[in-house]
Amino acid sequence: MAALTREETEALIQEVLEVYPEKAKKDRAKHLMINDKELESSKKCITSNRKSLPGVMTMRGCAYAGSKGVVWGPIKDIISISHGPIGCGQYARAGRRNYYVGTTGVDAFCEMNFTSDFQEKDIVFGGDKKLAKLIGEIEGLFPLNKGISIQSECPVGLIGDDIEAVAKKAAKELNKPVVPVRCEGFRGVSQSLGHHIANDSVRDWIISNRDGKDFEKTPYDVAILGDYNIGGDAWASRILLEEMGLRVVAQWSGDGTLAEMENTPNVKLNLLHCYRSMNYISRHMEEKYGIPWLEYNFFGPTKIRESLRKIASFFDDSIKEGAERVIAKYTPMMDAVIAKYKPRLQGKKVMLYVGGLRPRHVVGAYEDLGMEVVGAGYEFAHNDDYDRTIKEMGDATLIYDDVTGYEFEEFVKAMKPDLIGSGIKEKYVFHKMGVPFRQLHSWDYSGPYHGCDGFAVFAKDMDLTINNPCWNLMQAPWQEKPAKSLLKDPLLKAA
Amino acid sequence: MANIMIRKSDKGYVFYMPKRDIEDSIVSMEFDTAGKWGGEIKLGNGGAYYIEPQAAPARLPYSVRARRIDGVE
Repeated sequence: MAALTREETEALIQEVLEVYPEKAKKDRAKHLMINDKELESSKKCITSNRKSLPGVMTMRGCAYAGSKGVVWGPIKDIISISHGPIGCGQYARAGRRNYYVGTTGVDAFCEMNFTSDFQEKDIVFGGDKKLAKLIGEIEGLFPLNKGISIQSECPVGLIGDDIEAVAKKAAKELNKPVVPVRCEGFRGVSQSLGHHIANDSVRDWIISNRDGKDFEKTPYDVAILGDYNIGGDAWASRILLEEMGLRVVAQWSGDGTLAEMENTPNVKLNLLHCYRSMNYISRHMEEKYGIPWLEYNFFGPTKIRESLRKIASFFDDSIKEGAERVIAKYTPMMDAVIAKYKPRLQGKKVMLYVGGLRPRHVVGAYEDLGMEVVGAGYEFAHNDDYDRTIKEMGDATLIYDDVTGYEFEEFVKAMKPDLIGSGIKEKYVFHKMGVPFRQLHSWDYSGPYHGCDGFAVFAKDMDLTINNPCWNLMQAPWQEKPAKSLLKDPLLKAA
Repeated sequence: MANIMIRKSDKGYVFYMPKRDIEDSIVSMEFDTAGKWGGEIKLGNGGAYYIEPQAAPARLPYSVRARRIDGVE
């Protein structure tokens, strides 16, 4: 059951769009839809991956965010240089909490900010010399790095620096991969293109580095793709896979290393968690190395069971038994979590507005807890994401693409969800409106949420947020009852 | 002309264009024999593309240049 009927939702969309000028209204209308599970393709109902309207508040990021922040950043033994002015690197530093094992500054570098700190003279005379010098300094100070990636910021593209030449020269001198990534922020409409550019640069500079070299294979080798180990997600996923008998060769890219990435072409199956940010490289490996890929979902017991069985179907009976064994082992634990939290969360309504995979992947986890997702949307999805979302969401629920700040607030006012899951930019707006909110980009400083261990944390967090007593204290004491008369107030009288 | 990738799914050929991130089923392909493969392909979304007829690729997925005849983006 959706929060509103189809007609009511339709009326709500019309009402919200009313404030826009005619042209903007027409454009925004294409990005909003009411879900219909019967639909095969989202194409006719929703437009996505289009430029945001000038003048509205969008929550999107840029191509640099997609490349440095999402794909390249979490690789722990590669140093990613933010090439350009200092702000992009500094304000994006360590924000996603991609956990890793290693000593920061010695053999792992994710939490550090390496930047060429462009000044006026670099814009005027070009920053190539500075970049070459910077790479030399990095090599002197951090000799245990396994490679360097150069993440371009906007000015580098605007002034036309030849970072490829610098990279080639440095790679020869250092004898390790130096990867130029042309992920200037102005490219594309959102961070999505950054993912694509990052995938392409991995394809061109990393993936075939160890072709033809010896690698001790087993028939059970897999790679985890598109898991960025936010709050330890990839670890919670990895133990399930290892317990069922698979060997995880690589983690892309949370807690991943360059060597793992280079060895990935030897695996039997690529397991793809975030489809949006890593489908490109999966498709490439499928074509070049004949490695099939599979999308899976490790949010909530129902989806975990489904995914484990689906993964096992690619392997022989020992893995299939392994999958059943893992499911049997964790079912009592999951049932206990559900028994504890479901009564407290039953029937609560959730609205989501996140990125990549979460608006559809977490639906199952919420349903396991008896909650219902009444609205979902993506910042930067493409139509294939919406094709997948339609099937997960209930009928007549609201789906919004690149929703504007105004629209989201109005939808929330009308639909009155019990919980909103979105990003940090939305968090305090909704806190001030008195709506429970979880920051679902980096799990609100909690996590992991993937896997069986993650589900326990997920359920606890949702309960802590929704049933927090603070939501009853949103009204100031003097607003609670209509004031009778100021003169009758004993305090005032005393004064 | 654009690069496309053709894959095989359990329901037949699948069309994918990396540049624009368009993925769709291929409803019909003009030539689909070992010796002659390609020609005009029609997509589930109503688009049509043309691949120069050639020997069928040994392994799918396969990247190939294609020309847009008629199509939705």
